Amino acid sequence: MTVSAAWYLTLAAAMFTIGAIGLLVRRNVLVMFMCVELMLNAANLTFVTFARELNDIGGQAVVFFVLVVAAAEVVVGLGIIVAIYRRRVGATADDIHVMKG
Amino acid sequence: MLKVAFLIPLFPFLGFLVLTAFGRKLGNPRAGWLATIMVLASFVSAVVVFAGLLGRATGARSYTQTWYSWISVDRLHVTAGVLIDPLSMTMALFVTGVSTLIHLYSIGYMEHDEDFPKFFLYLNLFVSSMLILVLAGNFLLTFLGWEGVGVCSYFLIAFWFDRPSAASAGKKAMIFNRIGDAGFLLAMFLIFERTGSLQYETVFAAVGHVGTPSLTAIALLLFLGAVGKSAQLPLYPWLADAMEGPTPVSALIHAATMVTAGVYLMCRIAPILHLAPDAAHVIAIVGAATAFLGATIACAQDDIKKILAYSTISQLGYMFLAAGVGAYVAAIFLMLTHAFYKALLFLGAGSVIHAMDDEQDTKRFGALARLMPITSVTFLVGWLAIGGVPPLSGFWSKGDVLMNAYALSPLLYAIAALTALLTAYYLGRCYLLTFSGQQRWSEARRSGDGTHASSAGHAASAAHPAGSEGAGLHPHDPGWVMTLPLEVLAAAAVVGGIINLPFHPLDFLERWLNPVVGAELLQTHFSTGAQWAFALGDAVLAGFGVAIALGFWRRTAEHPELEPSFFRRAWYIDWAYDRFIAGGSADLAQLTADDVETKVIDGAVNGFGGFVAASGRRLRRVQTGYVRNYALGLMGGLVVVLAYIVVRAAS
Amino acid sequence: MQLLLATATLPDTITFAVAAAICIIGSVGVVVSTHPVHSALMLVMTLFGVAVLFVEENAQFLAAVQVIVYAGAIVVLFLFVIMLLGIDRAESIAADPLKGQRATALVLGALVLAEVVLLGRGRWPTGVHAAAGALNQAGKPNVNVLGVSIFTTYLLPFEITSALLVIAIVGAVVLARRPRRDGSVPAVIGDEADGGAGSPADELEPAPAGVGEDVDETESPASGVPAGRSDEGSRP
Repeated sequence: MTVSAAWYLTLAAAMFTIGAIGLLVRRNVLVMFMCVELMLNAANLTFVTFARELNDIGGQAVVFFVLVVAAAEVVVGLGIIVAIYRRRVGATADDIHVMKG
Repeated sequence: MLKVAFLIPLFPFLGFLVLTAFGRKLGNPRAGWLATIMVLASFVSAVVVFAGLLGRATGARSYTQTWYSWISVDRLHVTAGVLIDPLSMTMALFVTGVSTLIHLYSIGYMEHDEDFPKFFLYLNLFVSSMLILVLAGNFLLTFLGWEGVGVCSYFLIAFWFDRPSAASAGKKAMIFNRIGDAGFLLAMFLIFERTGSLQYETVFAAVGHVGTPSLTAIALLLFLGAVGKSAQLPLYPWLADAMEGPTPVSALIHAATMVTAGVYLMCRIAPILHLAPDAAHVIAIVGAATAFLGATIACAQDDIKKILAYSTISQLGYMFLAAGVGAYVAAIFLMLTHAFYKALLFLGAGSVIHAMDDEQDTKRFGALARLMPITSVTFLVGWLAIGGVPPLSGFWSKGDVLMNAYALSPLLYAIAALTALLTAYYLGRCYLLTFSGQQRWSEARRSGDGTHASSAGHAASAAHPAGSEGAGLHPHDPGWVMTLPLEVLAAAAVVGGIINLPFHPLDFLERWLNPVVGAELLQTHFSTGAQWAFALGDAVLAGFGVAIALGFWRRTAEHPELEPSFFRRAWYIDWAYDRFIAGGSADLAQLTADDVETKVIDGAVNGFGGFVAASGRRLRRVQTGYVRNYALGLMGGLVVVLAYIVVRAAS
Repeated sequence: MQLLLATATLPDTITFAVAAAICIIGSVGVVVSTHPVHSALMLVMTLFGVAVLFVEENAQFLAAVQVIVYAGAIVVLFLFVIMLLGIDRAESIAADPLKGQRATALVLGALVLAEVVLLGRGRWPTGVHAAAGALNQAGKPNVNVLGVSIFTTYLLPFEITSALLVIAIVGAVVLARRPRRDGSVPAVIGDEADGGAGSPADELEPAPAGVGEDVDETESPASGVPAGRSDEGSRP
């Protein structure tokens, strides 16, 4: 028997929080993206934990699909970043503030 | 014959209309003659109607003529129509008669005024309104006339409106009148509410069923209206200021007619006063107090018109005293005789003013008797009449009032008697300062430094004083247009007493007015001996007054100890009004304009706008444009949602 | 600790503890590293930790997929982009130009964590058991169970995600094309040095011929993935 689900869920919550904080604090676009991946992983961990607890295959199926979609998302996201970097080198998340009121 | 009653107010009104349209074209003096003829026609119609009324039996002397239905709403039905009875015809006769004489006088007096036609159209409108007032058959139509004379008074007082003092005097008159009018309106509301009608006949038939508190309230409210219109305490200061108007105006409106409207009203509501003795007592007391007040102030005035104005206030007080004690006939009698001699005195004063080139200060007159004989003699007659010297009309009328006053309260009698003494005295002072004693003016002096310097309209006469050519003063009697009215009025003042001598059957007026006020008349039961005693007392008072005046003022004009400033400044009442009420209102208005308006109201509006702008500025800072800040907002929202869920899960 | 030991064996506990430590350290490392490449490597570490935890939780197939796809492809992609675009400059992490951002982020993060933990408080698993099919089926390995579930119950999502992948690829290719100087966009990245004329359609045809003739030349891949900045320009 493995450790109880509460620990896994707490760990997942902690990873999610760290990822969220990282997203808010970092300016480098790629690092922000990585933090998003971190959050996704936390969610995956949660799903798997519940799949075990509830003896449900559905949780693992969801993780499978999340993985696929995350991959697709990364592809497109990085494509966009590349396209942006063509125009202005050294862009950070703070460079767009045209909508400043 | 009674059917021509509608002509009585119609003629002057037509005159007004014609003069409004064509006055300028008619010009001087045709406009004046037209106006005079219109009023004369009105007088003739009044005589005809009077004759018609005489022709009827004593009990049947009440004729109503309805012109049309004026207001017909729900329960309120008011018709426009007249009530011809002895009281209204008495008023109509003397109003039209005296008005005719004064119109005639004005043709001469206003000869040099460039607004000559305008003066006459105002006068005609005034006479028309006054006639509506006295002839009306219901309270509302009377009120229409009441307002009409008020507004004409304003027009005429402020006739030379480019003089600031005249303009504000007109305003003052209007404002004081208005205060009284509020009382009249409230009374009408109450009357309608209690009796369901405003027609005199209906109301007086129904007063028996109305409770005494309501009747007292109605009476006092109507008296408030009368106080405003007839310049009693405390609403009298406007009358002294009203002397800014031309002298014929002062004679007509502020001596003979408009100011008597209040007395007429009190007599008209005799049935109500009869059932509300408390109100009647208040009226009597106020009347007596005003009489005394007016007399004391008149003793210390220098301006000839102001003396006469305060005298009018005093005499009106007598009339209200009479009405208050229930002696309505005495009140009407005094009103009639007073109209004669007061109009006479004013016209005489006007004659003097005209001759002295608009000078009005009696301290600058003197020794005019030789130079202006007609004016002097008629003025003397006026003095003796108002003083109550027998057998002139004033003796009989004032005696009537005094006797009836005693019947109710010896204290009131005492005040009235003292006032009678003062009346004889101050008017004697006025006469003597003007016509006898030292000549306190010189032929070489030009006019204009009197207290009432000319307006534009009068500038012409300053250059061309009536009758005198070139520079310098040459006082003399005016032409026949102005002296004829003086003579007629003097005659009336002398023999006027005959209409109500206290010897039956010579008490014509009392018998004439019996159908109207007889039931409410105060019944005095004085023995013949007592009546002779009163008569003697009146004569003695008059004699003393004349003697004292002659003693002090025949030769010298300087008696400062007899002119205390308390009286000269009118007991400081007007000063107090000006300082506290007018000043207080002005201060309040200034405060409102400066502080309330700018700080509170504008402040609120601007503040609100400022608040919106400021909050917008502050809120704008949320829109930083940075994605990371917006993501932070998302996180914040997440915290809130989770908190909600936690709380829900916990409970 | 009581809870931990009650149902767990010692190896499991140790495994969990170590893997959890790896995950946390890796996560913190991603956020805190100044150099993006360091962040990527920390991410890899985290992903491995998560994979271990997957194995612990009887999700072996997913652990494998995690390592292959996430750590093996996605992070590699990240590194490619970092190298290609040269975003490897160290970011100044000293102060945040946006005032109060850092503090607020930390506070909010702490709050979120606290709330989630509060939410659970031991009553974590509350759902219906085996709603979509049992996980632990006797005799069947995890892969089989998962495979059956995906290809039967979740067939539609599977097909759709496949289509999504294709769309993503096409989209990435389009996004990463370089525009020519005259404004038209070339089919392939890397012919910038030509200054070239010609429509995208023209470019396609010579490409196979060019590739066929010069065998020993470095061929630019026809896919949208760039090989590196310095390698373009030599193709005909």
